[in-house]
Amino acid sequence: MSSSALPSASAATAGRSRPRRRGLPFSPWHLLLAPVAVLFAIPFVQMFLAALTPAEDLNRIPTPFIPTRLTLDGFGQLFGTSPVLLWLGNTVLVSVTAIVSHLVLCSLAGYGFARLRFRGRTLGFFGIVATIMIPIQVLMIPTYVLFSQIGLIDSLGAAIVPWLASAFGIFLMRQFFLSLPPELEEAGLIDGATRRQVFFRIVLPLAKPALTTLAIFTLLGSWNDLVWPLIAINDDQAFTLQLGITSFQGTRRTQWALLMAANVVATLPLILFFLGAQKQFVQTMTFSGLKG
Amino acid sequence: MSAAHLSPASGVGVDRQRSRRRRSLRLTLEGWAFVGPATVLVLGLSIFPAIWSFFLSLQRWDGFSEPQNIGVGNYAYALKDADLAAAVTHTVLYTALFVPASILLGLLLAVALNRRIRFIGLYRTAIFVPFVASAAATGILTTYLFSPQFGLLNNILRRIGLPQQGWLEDPRQAMVVIAIMSLWGSAAFTTVIFLAALQDIPGELVEAARIDGATARQAFWHVTVPQLAPVAVFATIWQVIQALQLFDLVYTTTRGGPLNATQTVVYYLWNAAFRQTEFGYGSAVAWTLFLVTMLITVGVVLYSRRARIEAF
Repeated sequence: MSSSALPSASAATAGRSRPRRRGLPFSPWHLLLAPVAVLFAIPFVQMFLAALTPAEDLNRIPTPFIPTRLTLDGFGQLFGTSPVLLWLGNTVLVSVTAIVSHLVLCSLAGYGFARLRFRGRTLGFFGIVATIMIPIQVLMIPTYVLFSQIGLIDSLGAAIVPWLASAFGIFLMRQFFLSLPPELEEAGLIDGATRRQVFFRIVLPLAKPALTTLAIFTLLGSWNDLVWPLIAINDDQAFTLQLGITSFQGTRRTQWALLMAANVVATLPLILFFLGAQKQFVQTMTFSGLKG
Repeated sequence: MSAAHLSPASGVGVDRQRSRRRRSLRLTLEGWAFVGPATVLVLGLSIFPAIWSFFLSLQRWDGFSEPQNIGVGNYAYALKDADLAAAVTHTVLYTALFVPASILLGLLLAVALNRRIRFIGLYRTAIFVPFVASAAATGILTTYLFSPQFGLLNNILRRIGLPQQGWLEDPRQAMVVIAIMSLWGSAAFTTVIFLAALQDIPGELVEAARIDGATARQAFWHVTVPQLAPVAVFATIWQVIQALQLFDLVYTTTRGGPLNATQTVVYYLWNAAFRQTEFGYGSAVAWTLFLVTMLITVGVVLYSRRARIEAF
């Protein structure tokens, strides 16, 4: 488990070493937090447990709380009878492309808008900010029509193109670059470096925290996206993982072990990333309310 | 400045001006080399379709045959559409369930997690991890946990001798179940932003209140809570926008059922646009939703300004 995500309690609200009242041998906050933590853990615990439970247990009423034995049958059926590995590959491809493209394009644009003076800068940036408000519902119909006209529908490209860059990413990087002191870059320019050299050699290495936030934002968004792939991709060879496991709800409705195994495949990578980089994920959450 | 203002003799001035113009061109090209690719992509995939979508909303079009211009016909139809009205009701119900709960839960958990006690890292992890669960995974988990026959919840009710519930199959309960699972996945967000705000409050403020004789509880309600108000306004707007756009979790649990009880505005829109291929009508509903969302946002911002909460 990674270390706690945020700096520990601030003086503002943490009860300092006040004498404990009512004779509890521990902080009363445990009485709230322990049950809540258990409740929050239940869905994932059930997911892992059900994925390892034999079908005869899962289809018995009442279902036993503890499986009679553990089995990998669910995973066996999943990998044996569905193209889930292909879907996993598709999703990895979409996410990796999205992340690389986001990091490159949004940091370049964010730097340009933060530091360079050029014609059209204000108008361009105003346009970017204005688009942050536009919801996907307004965009999905014309984008679908556009993508069908250029033949992107039903291909993985349809899932990738909307994730190549984002207004949020440009905005995030611009704000970060504005927060850097310009003296370093000016020194570089005076020493005869070009803007490009300054950007790649001086600025970008300082931008690691912002780039990490942007990478996590893009990973979560592109990995978990459902509504757009649902609209744009009907060919199960081009399904993303999310689309694939959703399609099981129609065809494998009562194969709980298989469904939960599929859920594990779709979720475990992100859970592991989260546990490995909790601090950075929390940072990303603070910047973006990615999910409702 | 134009060349006419310079005397013909001043060749040096013309040179300098030409070099300045060349420099400005070079800077413009350099600037667009940096911002161009991302800007073109983002604007091309948002401003351009948004405008197109508005024109689509004035047409009747199924994507194949010749589009017919019908003016505001789609908007007029939307106002009379009983199914859309029902979808609006369901969406408002969900928003009323989800938004206050997510704000209060976030505030409570932030205050609780802002302590230096044992297992705090474990508690934080347990509450934050569900944030990475996708709508698809959450939907499948929901149908499992709340399955009337095989689900954990009815299983527990059965063991302790309470009546079984229909959950997602009961029109009165389905939306509540969806709201609960939305909270599971998104409590992390409100908690984290309240936690960050709590840690930004200067310790001296609370200390000063305590020195002046306030109890810990008074200091919390009269010093800490007012400091959190801007974040609460921001979080409320954000969660309302999310709630009004609910689609994913409905699609992955009930598909709008039972008896259309969970059909939300965006689910209805998606169905109209991509199942019935009513691109014009779908666009009109989308634009209406967008405008209503903007109005609500502006309303909340103005209200909070008047209440002297500086959220923006």
